[in-house]
Amino acid sequence: MEAKSRLAEVVVKNVYITKTNCVTPLGFDVASNWQALLKGQSGIQRFEKLGMLESFYASVVDSDKIDTAFASISDKNHFTKLEKMLILALMPLIGQYNITNKTAFVFSTTKGNIGLLEDENNAVEGAHLAVLAKKISSFFGFSTEPIVVSNACVSGVLAIAVAKRMIQTGVYDNAFVVAGDAVSEFVLSGFNSFQAMSEAPCKPYDEERNGVTLGEAAAAVYLTSRETEVRPGAVKVIGDGAINDANHISGPSRTGEGLFRSIESAFAEAGVAKEKLDYISAHGTATLYNDEMEAVAFNRLGINTVSVNSLKAFYGHTLGASGLLETVIAIESARNNQLIASKGFAKMGVSQPISIITKNEEKEINFFLKTASGFGGCNTAVLFEKVV
Amino acid sequence: MVNGVKQFELEQASFSEFAKAAYKNFNMDYPKFFKMDNLSKLAFLASEIILGSKVKEGEENNIALVFANQSSSLDTDVKYQGSIADKENYFPSPAVFVYTLPNICIGEISIRHKLQSENAFFVFEDFNAEFMTNYADLLLATNKAEKVLCGWVEYYQENYKAILYMVEKQGDLEHNKEIVNTLYNK
Repeated sequence: MEAKSRLAEVVVKNVYITKTNCVTPLGFDVASNWQALLKGQSGIQRFEKLGMLESFYASVVDSDKIDTAFASISDKNHFTKLEKMLILALMPLIGQYNITNKTAFVFSTTKGNIGLLEDENNAVEGAHLAVLAKKISSFFGFSTEPIVVSNACVSGVLAIAVAKRMIQTGVYDNAFVVAGDAVSEFVLSGFNSFQAMSEAPCKPYDEERNGVTLGEAAAAVYLTSRETEVRPGAVKVIGDGAINDANHISGPSRTGEGLFRSIESAFAEAGVAKEKLDYISAHGTATLYNDEMEAVAFNRLGINTVSVNSLKAFYGHTLGASGLLETVIAIESARNNQLIASKGFAKMGVSQPISIITKNEEKEINFFLKTASGFGGCNTAVLFEKVV
Repeated sequence: MVNGVKQFELEQASFSEFAKAAYKNFNMDYPKFFKMDNLSKLAFLASEIILGSKVKEGEENNIALVFANQSSSLDTDVKYQGSIADKENYFPSPAVFVYTLPNICIGEISIRHKLQSENAFFVFEDFNAEFMTNYADLLLATNKAEKVLCGWVEYYQENYKAILYMVEKQGDLEHNKEIVNTLYNK
Protein backbone atom coordinates (compact mmCIF):
# COMPACT_ATOMS: atom_id res chain seq x y z
CA MET A 1 0.00 0.00 0.00
CA GLU A 2 1.13 3.55 -0.62
CA ALA A 3 1.34 6.04 2.18
CA LYS A 4 0.51 9.58 1.15
CA SER A 5 2.82 12.35 2.24
CA ARG A 6 0.11 14.13 4.23
CA LEU A 7 2.23 13.81 7.37
CA ALA A 8 5.19 15.74 6.01
CA GLU A 9 4.72 18.50 8.57
CA VAL A 10 4.82 16.26 11.63
CA VAL A 11 8.43 16.86 12.51
CA VAL A 12 7.88 20.47 13.52
CA LYS A 13 5.23 19.81 16.17
CA ASN A 14 6.64 20.07 19.70
CA VAL A 15 5.28 17.76 22.38
CA TYR A 16 5.80 18.32 26.12
CA ILE A 17 5.18 16.51 29.38
CA THR A 18 3.78 19.10 31.76
CA LYS A 19 2.40 17.07 34.66
CA THR A 20 3.26 13.74 36.28
CA ASN A 21 2.16 11.47 39.09
CA CYS A 22 2.91 8.06 40.57
CA VAL A 23 1.54 5.56 43.08
CA THR A 24 4.19 3.31 44.65
CA PRO A 25 5.05 1.77 48.03
CA LEU A 26 7.07 4.95 48.68
CA GLY A 27 4.08 7.26 48.33
CA PHE A 28 0.99 8.14 46.35
CA ASP A 29 2.32 11.34 44.81
CA VAL A 30 5.56 12.54 43.25
CA ALA A 31 6.61 14.70 46.21
CA SER A 32 6.52 11.83 48.73
CA ASN A 33 8.34 9.52 46.31
CA TRP A 34 11.01 12.13 45.71
CA GLN A 35 11.61 12.67 49.44
CA ALA A 36 11.88 8.91 50.01
CA LEU A 37 14.36 8.53 47.15
CA LEU A 38 16.53 11.34 48.52
CA LYS A 39 16.68 9.41 51.81
CA GLY A 40 17.56 6.20 49.99
CA GLN A 41 14.39 4.40 51.09
CA SER A 42 13.25 1.35 49.16
CA GLY A 43 9.80 -0.18 48.71
CA ILE A 44 11.28 -3.67 48.61
CA GLN A 45 10.37 -6.02 51.46
CA ARG A 46 10.65 -9.69 52.26
CA PHE A 47 7.51 -11.80 51.95
CA GLU A 48 6.83 -15.35 53.12
CA LYS A 49 5.22 -18.14 51.16
CA LEU A 50 3.40 -17.50 47.93
CA GLY A 51 2.55 -20.39 45.68
CA MET A 52 5.61 -22.58 45.76
CA LEU A 53 7.94 -19.78 46.83
CA GLU A 54 9.08 -20.12 50.45
CA SER A 55 10.05 -16.48 50.60
CA PHE A 56 10.80 -13.70 48.18
CA TYR A 57 11.52 -10.00 47.96
CA ALA A 58 9.13 -7.63 46.19
CA SER A 59 8.04 -4.01 46.21
CA VAL A 60 4.32 -4.18 46.98
CA VAL A 61 1.84 -1.37 47.59
CA ASP A 62 -0.15 -1.71 50.84
CA SER A 63 -3.73 -2.67 49.88
CA ASP A 64 -5.31 -0.99 52.92
CA LYS A 65 -3.62 2.29 52.09
CA ILE A 66 -4.87 2.03 48.51
CA ASP A 67 -8.42 1.40 49.73
CA THR A 68 -8.26 4.36 52.11
CA ALA A 69 -6.89 6.69 49.44
CA PHE A 70 -9.43 5.47 46.91
CA ALA A 71 -12.35 5.91 49.31
CA SER A 72 -11.51 9.61 49.49
CA ILE A 73 -12.06 10.06 45.74
CA SER A 74 -14.83 7.58 44.92
CA ASP A 75 -17.52 5.65 46.76
CA LYS A 76 -17.56 2.93 44.08
CA ASN A 77 -15.96 -0.31 45.08
CA HIS A 78 -16.03 -2.65 42.10
CA PHE A 79 -12.40 -2.03 41.23
CA THR A 80 -9.36 -4.29 41.55
CA LYS A 81 -6.31 -3.04 43.42
CA LEU A 82 -4.53 -2.34 40.13
CA GLU A 83 -7.52 -0.36 38.83
CA LYS A 84 -7.58 1.73 41.99
CA MET A 85 -3.86 2.42 41.63
CA LEU A 86 -4.32 3.50 38.01
CA ILE A 87 -7.21 5.80 38.91
CA LEU A 88 -5.30 7.29 41.85
CA ALA A 89 -2.31 7.92 39.57
CA LEU A 90 -4.38 9.71 36.92
CA MET A 91 -6.74 11.64 39.18
CA PRO A 92 -4.58 14.71 39.95
CA LEU A 93 -3.75 15.18 36.25
CA ILE A 94 -7.31 15.00 35.03
CA GLY A 95 -8.52 17.88 37.16
CA GLN A 96 -6.03 20.26 35.57
CA TYR A 97 -6.69 19.69 31.89
CA ASN A 98 -9.80 19.31 29.75
CA ILE A 99 -10.57 16.04 28.03
CA THR A 100 -11.79 16.63 24.47
CA ASN A 101 -12.46 14.41 21.45
CA LYS A 102 -8.83 15.12 20.47
CA THR A 103 -7.44 13.80 23.76
CA ALA A 104 -5.72 10.41 23.61
CA PHE A 105 -5.83 7.86 26.41
CA VAL A 106 -2.75 5.63 26.29
CA PHE A 107 -2.46 2.73 28.71
CA SER A 108 0.69 0.70 29.28
CA THR A 109 0.65 -2.71 30.94
CA THR A 110 2.07 -6.18 30.47
CA LYS A 111 -0.30 -8.33 32.48
CA GLY A 112 -3.13 -6.02 33.60
CA ASN A 113 -5.63 -7.89 35.80
CA ILE A 114 -3.93 -11.26 35.28
CA GLY A 115 -4.54 -12.11 38.95
CA LEU A 116 -8.25 -12.57 38.09
CA LEU A 117 -7.35 -15.88 36.41
CA GLU A 118 -6.43 -17.30 39.83
CA ASP A 119 -10.13 -17.61 40.68
CA GLU A 120 -11.87 -19.93 38.26
CA ASN A 121 -15.19 -18.21 38.98
CA ASN A 122 -14.00 -15.06 37.24
CA ALA A 123 -14.76 -14.74 33.54
CA VAL A 124 -11.57 -14.83 31.48
CA GLU A 125 -12.79 -11.69 29.68
CA GLY A 126 -12.06 -9.76 32.89
CA ALA A 127 -8.36 -10.23 32.16
CA HIS A 128 -8.63 -8.55 28.74
CA LEU A 129 -6.34 -5.54 28.62
CA ALA A 130 -8.76 -3.54 26.48
CA VAL A 131 -11.55 -4.15 29.02
CA LEU A 132 -9.31 -2.82 31.79
CA ALA A 133 -8.35 0.19 29.67
CA LYS A 134 -12.02 0.95 28.97
CA LYS A 135 -12.87 0.73 32.65
CA ILE A 136 -10.28 3.36 33.51
CA SER A 137 -11.01 5.59 30.53
CA SER A 138 -14.78 5.47 31.22
CA PHE A 139 -14.20 6.43 34.85
CA PHE A 140 -12.71 9.71 33.65
CA GLY A 141 -14.99 10.19 30.65
CA PHE A 142 -12.56 9.83 27.77
CA SER A 143 -14.37 9.67 24.43
CA THR A 144 -11.54 8.34 22.26
CA GLU A 145 -10.70 4.65 21.95
CA PRO A 146 -8.03 3.63 24.49
CA ILE A 147 -4.63 2.81 22.99
CA VAL A 148 -3.14 -0.11 24.93
CA VAL A 149 0.62 -0.59 24.61
CA SER A 150 1.66 -4.09 25.66
CA ASN A 151 5.24 -4.53 24.59
CA ALA A 152 6.86 -6.33 27.53
CA CYS A 153 9.18 -4.33 29.77
CA VAL A 154 9.56 -1.39 27.38
CA SER A 155 5.80 -0.66 27.42
CA GLY A 156 5.97 2.30 29.80
CA VAL A 157 8.63 4.18 27.84
CA LEU A 158 7.15 3.16 24.53
CA ALA A 159 3.77 4.56 25.65
CA ILE A 160 5.38 8.02 25.86
CA ALA A 161 6.81 7.63 22.35
CA VAL A 162 3.44 6.39 21.04
CA ALA A 163 1.55 9.31 22.63
CA LYS A 164 4.05 11.83 21.25
CA ARG A 165 3.95 10.25 17.79
CA MET A 166 0.15 10.21 17.71
CA ILE A 167 0.02 13.88 18.77
CA GLN A 168 2.45 14.61 15.94
CA THR A 169 0.07 13.05 13.41
CA GLY A 170 -2.38 15.79 14.33
CA VAL A 171 -5.09 13.30 15.32
CA TYR A 172 -4.73 14.35 18.96
CA ASP A 173 -3.84 17.62 20.68
CA ASN A 174 -2.86 16.04 23.96
CA ALA A 175 -2.68 12.69 25.75
CA PHE A 176 -2.95 11.15 29.16
CA VAL A 177 -0.59 8.21 29.54
CA VAL A 178 -1.09 5.83 32.44
CA ALA A 179 0.86 2.68 33.23
CA GLY A 180 0.48 -0.06 35.80
CA ASP A 181 1.25 -3.64 36.68
CA ALA A 182 0.71 -5.64 39.86
CA VAL A 183 2.76 -8.32 41.60
CA SER A 184 1.00 -11.66 41.13
CA GLU A 185 1.79 -15.33 41.57
CA PHE A 186 1.65 -15.47 37.77
CA VAL A 187 4.67 -13.20 37.24
CA LEU A 188 6.53 -14.28 40.39
CA SER A 189 6.41 -17.96 39.43
CA GLY A 190 7.28 -17.12 35.83
CA PHE A 191 10.41 -15.11 36.63
CA ASN A 192 11.29 -17.74 39.20
CA SER A 193 11.00 -20.49 36.56
CA PHE A 194 13.53 -18.53 34.51
CA GLN A 195 15.78 -18.51 37.59
CA ALA A 196 15.80 -14.75 37.07
CA MET A 197 14.71 -13.79 40.62
CA SER A 198 17.25 -12.38 43.03
CA GLU A 199 17.43 -14.00 46.47
CA ALA A 200 18.13 -10.59 48.00
CA PRO A 201 16.88 -7.12 46.97
CA CYS A 202 18.22 -6.58 43.45
CA LYS A 203 21.62 -4.94 42.86
CA PRO A 204 21.70 -3.30 39.42
CA TYR A 205 25.17 -3.24 37.77
CA ASP A 206 26.80 -4.66 40.90
CA GLU A 207 29.25 -7.51 40.70
CA GLU A 208 27.08 -9.61 43.02
CA ARG A 209 23.82 -9.01 41.17
CA ASN A 210 21.90 -12.16 40.39
CA GLY A 211 18.48 -11.25 39.12
CA VAL A 212 15.38 -9.10 39.38
CA THR A 213 13.16 -8.13 42.26
CA LEU A 214 9.59 -7.62 41.10
CA GLY A 215 7.43 -4.68 42.06
CA GLU A 216 4.09 -3.00 41.48
CA ALA A 217 3.25 0.61 40.77
CA ALA A 218 1.17 2.97 38.68
CA ALA A 219 2.35 6.16 37.00
CA ALA A 220 0.78 8.82 34.83
CA VAL A 221 1.91 11.72 32.67
CA TYR A 222 0.17 14.39 30.62
CA LEU A 223 1.53 15.21 27.16
CA THR A 224 0.51 18.25 25.18
CA SER A 225 1.27 20.12 21.98
CA ARG A 226 -0.35 23.31 23.31
CA GLU A 227 2.48 25.74 23.93
CA THR A 228 0.22 27.79 26.24
CA GLU A 229 0.22 24.91 28.74
CA VAL A 230 4.02 24.76 28.91
CA ARG A 231 5.82 26.26 31.93
CA PRO A 232 9.42 26.05 33.14
CA GLY A 233 9.92 22.58 34.63
CA ALA A 234 8.05 20.87 31.80
CA VAL A 235 10.08 18.60 29.54
CA LYS A 236 10.01 18.39 25.78
CA VAL A 237 10.02 14.92 24.19
CA ILE A 238 12.68 15.49 21.54
CA GLY A 239 13.41 12.04 20.14
CA ASP A 240 12.59 8.38 20.41
CA GLY A 241 13.31 4.95 19.00
CA ALA A 242 11.94 1.46 19.69
CA ILE A 243 14.07 -1.03 17.83
CA ASN A 244 14.26 -4.81 18.09
CA ASP A 245 17.47 -6.82 18.64
CA ALA A 246 16.30 -9.61 16.31
CA ASN A 247 18.47 -11.90 18.40
CA HIS A 248 16.60 -13.96 21.02
CA ILE A 249 13.10 -13.91 22.54
CA SER A 250 14.21 -14.21 26.17
CA GLY A 251 17.70 -12.69 26.22
CA PRO A 252 19.21 -9.40 25.08
CA SER A 253 21.68 -9.06 22.23
CA ARG A 254 25.29 -9.32 23.45
CA THR A 255 26.19 -6.27 21.37
CA GLY A 256 23.17 -4.26 22.55
CA GLU A 257 22.28 -3.66 18.92
CA GLY A 258 18.59 -2.83 19.41
CA LEU A 259 19.28 -0.47 22.31
CA PHE A 260 22.18 1.09 20.39
CA ARG A 261 19.92 1.75 17.41
CA SER A 262 17.03 2.99 19.55
CA ILE A 263 19.26 5.60 21.21
CA GLU A 264 20.84 6.56 17.86
CA SER A 265 17.35 7.04 16.44
CA ALA A 266 16.31 9.27 19.36
CA PHE A 267 19.41 11.49 18.99
CA ALA A 268 19.05 11.68 15.21
CA GLU A 269 15.46 12.87 15.52
CA ALA A 270 16.37 15.43 18.18
CA GLY A 271 19.38 16.73 16.24
CA VAL A 272 21.24 16.97 19.53
CA ALA A 273 24.90 15.99 20.03
CA LYS A 274 25.47 13.15 22.47
CA GLU A 275 27.92 15.38 24.40
CA LYS A 276 24.90 17.39 25.56
CA LEU A 277 23.50 14.45 27.53
CA ASP A 278 23.48 15.06 31.30
CA TYR A 279 21.82 11.95 32.71
CA ILE A 280 20.60 8.47 31.74
CA SER A 281 17.81 6.72 33.62
CA ALA A 282 18.61 3.18 32.48
CA HIS A 283 16.71 -0.10 32.71
CA GLY A 284 19.14 -1.90 35.08
CA THR A 285 17.09 -4.96 35.99
CA ALA A 286 20.08 -6.55 37.76
CA THR A 287 20.08 -9.67 35.62
CA LEU A 288 23.58 -10.57 34.47
CA TYR A 289 22.79 -10.20 30.78
CA ASN A 290 20.63 -7.07 30.78
CA ASP A 291 23.03 -4.86 32.73
CA GLU A 292 26.02 -6.08 30.74
CA MET A 293 24.20 -5.44 27.46
CA GLU A 294 23.36 -1.86 28.49
CA ALA A 295 27.00 -1.18 29.41
CA VAL A 296 28.08 -2.46 25.99
CA ALA A 297 25.51 -0.31 24.17
CA PHE A 298 26.39 2.85 26.15
CA ASN A 299 30.08 2.31 25.38
CA ARG A 300 29.47 1.78 21.69
CA LEU A 301 27.55 5.07 21.67
CA GLY A 302 30.23 6.95 23.61
CA ILE A 303 27.77 7.91 26.35
CA ASN A 304 29.43 5.74 29.00
CA THR A 305 30.79 8.77 30.87
CA VAL A 306 27.29 10.18 31.39
CA SER A 307 25.84 9.78 34.92
CA VAL A 308 23.54 6.76 34.97
CA ASN A 309 21.33 5.01 37.49
CA SER A 310 18.72 2.29 37.79
CA LEU A 311 15.74 2.75 40.10
CA LYS A 312 14.99 -0.98 40.33
CA ALA A 313 16.44 -1.34 43.85
CA PHE A 314 13.93 1.31 45.03
CA TYR A 315 10.82 0.05 43.25
CA GLY A 316 11.64 -3.43 41.95
CA HIS A 317 10.90 -4.20 38.34
CA THR A 318 7.37 -2.91 37.89
CA LEU A 319 7.11 -4.33 34.33
CA GLY A 320 4.74 -2.25 32.18
CA ALA A 321 4.79 0.56 34.76
CA SER A 322 8.58 0.76 35.09
CA GLY A 323 9.40 2.88 32.05
CA LEU A 324 6.79 5.49 32.88
CA LEU A 325 7.47 5.51 36.63
CA GLU A 326 11.21 5.90 36.04
CA THR A 327 10.55 8.71 33.55
CA VAL A 328 8.44 10.51 36.17
CA ILE A 329 11.36 10.28 38.61
CA ALA A 330 13.90 11.29 35.93
CA ILE A 331 11.81 14.40 35.23
CA GLU A 332 11.93 15.15 38.96
CA SER A 333 15.72 14.78 38.90
CA ALA A 334 15.88 17.29 36.04
CA ARG A 335 13.53 19.75 37.75
CA ASN A 336 15.59 19.61 40.94
CA ASN A 337 18.98 19.31 39.20
CA GLN A 338 19.61 16.39 41.50
CA LEU A 339 21.03 12.96 40.69
CA ILE A 340 19.84 10.02 42.79
CA ALA A 341 22.33 7.31 43.79
CA SER A 342 21.81 3.98 42.04
CA LYS A 343 20.70 1.90 45.03
CA GLY A 344 22.10 -1.60 45.43
CA PHE A 345 25.33 -0.81 43.63
CA ALA A 346 28.65 -1.25 45.45
CA LYS A 347 31.24 -2.66 43.06
CA MET A 348 31.32 -2.48 39.26
CA GLY A 349 29.88 -5.68 37.87
CA VAL A 350 29.77 -5.00 34.13
CA SER A 351 32.74 -5.49 31.82
CA GLN A 352 32.60 -2.06 30.17
CA PRO A 353 33.04 1.17 32.16
CA ILE A 354 29.88 3.17 32.89
CA SER A 355 29.36 6.09 35.27
CA ILE A 356 27.05 4.77 37.96
CA ILE A 357 25.81 7.45 40.35
CA THR A 358 27.12 6.34 43.77
CA LYS A 359 25.85 9.22 45.91
CA ASN A 360 23.13 11.82 45.63
CA GLU A 361 24.56 14.92 44.05
CA GLU A 362 23.48 18.21 42.56
CA LYS A 363 24.00 18.55 38.85
CA GLU A 364 22.45 20.74 36.19
CA ILE A 365 20.31 18.46 34.04
CA ASN A 366 19.01 19.80 30.73
CA PHE A 367 19.09 16.74 28.46
CA PHE A 368 18.30 13.26 29.74
CA LEU A 369 17.59 9.85 28.32
CA LYS A 370 15.25 7.07 29.47
CA THR A 371 15.86 3.57 28.17
CA ALA A 372 14.34 0.11 28.59
CA SER A 373 14.78 -3.35 27.12
CA GLY A 374 12.68 -6.48 27.39
CA PHE A 375 11.57 -9.94 26.35
CA GLY A 376 10.96 -10.35 22.66
CA GLY A 377 14.19 -8.44 21.97
CA CYS A 378 12.47 -5.07 22.35
CA ASN A 379 14.21 -1.82 23.33
CA THR A 380 13.04 1.77 23.65
CA ALA A 381 14.85 5.06 24.20
CA VAL A 382 13.25 8.47 24.69
CA LEU A 383 15.26 11.69 24.86
CA PHE A 384 14.00 14.70 26.83
CA GLU A 385 14.94 18.37 27.10
CA LYS A 386 14.00 20.42 30.12
CA VAL A 387 12.08 23.64 29.48
CA VAL A 388 13.84 26.48 31.29
CA MET B 1 -5.25 -15.26 0.91
CA VAL B 2 -2.59 -13.05 -0.62
CA ASN B 3 -3.81 -9.90 -2.38
CA GLY B 4 -7.29 -11.38 -2.43
CA VAL B 5 -6.24 -14.71 -3.97
CA LYS B 6 -6.71 -17.86 -1.94
CA GLN B 7 -3.40 -19.66 -1.42
CA PHE B 8 -4.20 -22.43 0.98
CA GLU B 9 -7.22 -23.94 2.67
CA LEU B 10 -7.83 -26.65 5.21
CA GLU B 11 -11.33 -27.15 6.50
CA GLN B 12 -12.48 -28.62 9.78
CA ALA B 13 -8.99 -28.78 11.19
CA SER B 14 -7.72 -27.65 14.58
CA PHE B 15 -5.34 -24.69 14.54
CA SER B 16 -2.40 -26.94 15.21
CA GLU B 17 -3.28 -29.14 12.21
CA PHE B 18 -3.87 -26.08 10.07
CA ALA B 19 -0.59 -24.47 11.13
CA LYS B 20 1.42 -27.61 10.43
CA ALA B 21 -0.22 -28.10 7.03
CA ALA B 22 0.32 -24.47 6.04
CA TYR B 23 3.97 -24.65 7.10
CA LYS B 24 4.44 -27.68 4.83
CA ASN B 25 2.38 -26.27 1.99
CA PHE B 26 4.55 -23.17 1.72
CA ASN B 27 7.74 -25.25 2.07
CA MET B 28 8.88 -23.39 5.16
CA ASP B 29 12.06 -24.57 6.79
CA TYR B 30 12.41 -23.04 10.24
CA PRO B 31 12.51 -25.59 13.09
CA LYS B 32 11.99 -22.85 15.75
CA PHE B 33 8.43 -22.66 14.44
CA PHE B 34 7.50 -25.80 16.35
CA LYS B 35 8.53 -24.28 19.69
CA MET B 36 6.27 -21.24 19.27
CA ASP B 37 2.91 -20.74 20.94
CA ASN B 38 -0.20 -20.46 18.79
CA LEU B 39 -0.22 -16.67 18.55
CA SER B 40 3.39 -16.65 17.36
CA LYS B 41 2.74 -19.50 14.91
CA LEU B 42 -0.17 -17.58 13.45
CA ALA B 43 1.80 -14.33 13.14
CA PHE B 44 4.81 -16.19 11.78
CA LEU B 45 2.89 -18.04 9.06
CA ALA B 46 1.15 -14.90 7.85
CA SER B 47 4.29 -12.77 7.88
CA GLU B 48 6.40 -15.43 6.20
CA ILE B 49 4.22 -15.34 3.11
CA ILE B 50 4.53 -11.54 2.77
CA LEU B 51 8.13 -11.05 3.91
CA GLY B 52 9.51 -13.86 1.79
CA SER B 53 9.44 -11.60 -1.25
CA LYS B 54 10.21 -8.32 0.55
CA VAL B 55 13.23 -9.10 2.68
CA LYS B 56 16.57 -9.01 0.91
CA GLU B 57 19.03 -11.43 2.51
CA GLY B 58 22.25 -9.88 3.72
CA GLU B 59 20.96 -6.31 3.38
CA GLU B 60 19.53 -3.82 5.85
CA ASN B 61 15.77 -4.15 5.75
CA ASN B 62 14.19 -1.27 7.63
CA ILE B 63 10.73 -2.83 7.85
CA ALA B 64 8.87 -1.81 11.01
CA LEU B 65 6.47 -4.29 12.62
CA VAL B 66 3.26 -2.79 14.03
CA PHE B 67 0.92 -5.47 15.34
CA ALA B 68 -2.24 -5.53 17.42
CA ASN B 69 -4.98 -7.82 18.62
CA GLN B 70 -7.85 -8.14 21.07
CA SER B 71 -6.78 -10.97 23.37
CA SER B 72 -3.12 -10.10 23.91
CA SER B 73 -1.41 -13.39 24.92
CA LEU B 74 -4.43 -14.60 26.89
CA ASP B 75 -4.50 -18.01 25.20
CA THR B 76 -1.04 -18.81 26.55
CA ASP B 77 -1.76 -16.94 29.81
CA VAL B 78 -4.59 -19.37 30.55
CA LYS B 79 -2.32 -22.29 29.71
CA TYR B 80 0.41 -20.96 31.99
CA GLN B 81 -2.06 -20.28 34.82
CA GLY B 82 -3.12 -23.93 34.53
CA SER B 83 0.46 -24.97 35.26
CA ILE B 84 0.49 -23.13 38.61
CA ALA B 85 -3.13 -23.59 39.71
CA ASP B 86 -2.56 -26.90 41.51
CA LYS B 87 0.06 -26.93 44.25
CA GLU B 88 0.28 -30.75 44.02
CA ASN B 89 0.95 -30.54 40.31
CA TYR B 90 2.98 -27.36 39.91
CA PHE B 91 5.02 -27.11 36.74
CA PRO B 92 5.63 -23.51 35.59
CA SER B 93 7.78 -23.60 32.49
CA PRO B 94 9.96 -20.76 31.22
CA ALA B 95 9.30 -21.96 27.67
CA VAL B 96 5.57 -21.25 28.20
CA PHE B 97 5.99 -18.16 30.42
CA VAL B 98 8.01 -16.28 27.80
CA TYR B 99 5.01 -16.43 25.46
CA THR B 100 2.74 -14.72 28.00
CA LEU B 101 3.61 -11.42 26.29
CA PRO B 102 1.94 -10.55 22.98
CA ASN B 103 5.01 -8.83 21.49
CA ILE B 104 6.95 -12.11 21.50
CA CYS B 105 5.40 -12.89 18.12
CA ILE B 106 7.01 -9.71 16.74
CA GLY B 107 10.31 -10.82 18.24
CA GLU B 108 10.00 -14.16 16.45
CA ILE B 109 9.44 -12.46 13.09
CA SER B 110 12.29 -9.99 13.75
CA ILE B 111 14.67 -12.87 14.49
CA ARG B 112 13.53 -14.85 11.45
CA HIS B 113 14.32 -11.99 9.05
CA LYS B 114 16.95 -10.14 11.09
CA LEU B 115 14.70 -7.07 11.24
CA GLN B 116 16.45 -4.65 13.58
CA SER B 117 13.71 -2.11 13.15
CA GLU B 118 10.89 -0.25 14.91
CA ASN B 119 8.35 -2.54 16.57
CA ALA B 120 5.30 -2.16 18.76
CA PHE B 121 2.38 -4.29 19.91
CA PHE B 122 -1.02 -2.79 20.74
CA VAL B 123 -4.28 -4.13 22.13
CA PHE B 124 -7.71 -2.88 21.06
CA GLU B 125 -11.26 -4.14 21.59
CA ASP B 126 -11.65 -4.32 17.80
CA PHE B 127 -9.42 -3.82 14.80
CA ASN B 128 -8.52 -0.13 14.84
CA ALA B 129 -7.83 0.84 11.22
CA GLU B 130 -7.51 4.53 12.03
CA PHE B 131 -4.82 4.04 14.65
CA MET B 132 -2.84 1.55 12.58
CA THR B 133 -2.96 3.82 9.54
CA ASN B 134 -1.80 6.89 11.42
CA TYR B 135 0.96 5.12 13.31
CA ALA B 136 2.35 3.51 10.14
CA ASP B 137 2.17 6.81 8.23
CA LEU B 138 4.07 8.55 11.01
CA LEU B 139 6.88 5.97 11.02
CA LEU B 140 7.29 6.50 7.28
CA ALA B 141 6.98 10.29 7.37
CA THR B 142 9.62 10.59 10.09
CA ASN B 143 11.91 8.11 8.28
CA LYS B 144 11.90 5.81 11.30
CA ALA B 145 11.03 3.04 8.83
CA GLU B 146 11.22 2.50 5.08
CA LYS B 147 8.31 0.07 5.09
CA VAL B 148 5.81 -0.94 7.73
CA LEU B 149 4.32 -4.41 8.08
CA CYS B 150 1.01 -3.91 9.88
CA GLY B 151 -0.85 -6.82 11.37
CA TRP B 152 -3.93 -7.87 13.29
CA VAL B 153 -3.07 -11.23 14.82
CA GLU B 154 -5.82 -12.51 17.08
CA TYR B 155 -5.74 -15.94 18.70
CA TYR B 156 -7.85 -17.24 21.57
CA GLN B 157 -8.75 -20.91 21.99
CA GLU B 158 -9.11 -21.98 18.38
CA ASN B 159 -10.63 -18.67 17.29
CA TYR B 160 -8.10 -16.90 15.16
CA LYS B 161 -7.61 -14.36 12.44
CA ALA B 162 -4.50 -12.79 10.93
CA ILE B 163 -4.55 -9.85 8.52
CA LEU B 164 -1.18 -8.47 7.46
CA TYR B 165 -0.39 -5.73 4.98
CA MET B 166 2.72 -3.87 3.94
CA VAL B 167 2.79 -0.07 3.76
CA GLU B 168 5.44 1.59 1.61
CA LYS B 169 6.10 5.04 0.19
CA GLN B 170 5.17 3.78 -3.30
CA GLY B 171 2.50 1.22 -4.09
CA ASP B 172 -0.59 0.30 -6.09
CA LEU B 173 -3.18 0.84 -3.43
CA GLU B 174 -3.64 3.99 -1.38
CA HIS B 175 -3.06 3.55 2.35
CA ASN B 176 -6.08 4.87 4.21
CA LYS B 177 -8.38 3.58 6.90
CA GLU B 178 -11.25 2.77 4.52
CA ILE B 179 -9.12 0.48 2.38
CA VAL B 180 -7.49 -1.08 5.44
CA ASN B 181 -10.95 -1.77 6.88
CA THR B 182 -11.99 -3.41 3.62
CA LEU B 183 -8.99 -5.73 3.91
CA TYR B 184 -9.91 -6.62 7.46
CA ASN B 185 -13.52 -7.38 6.59
CA LYS B 186 -12.79 -9.52 3.53
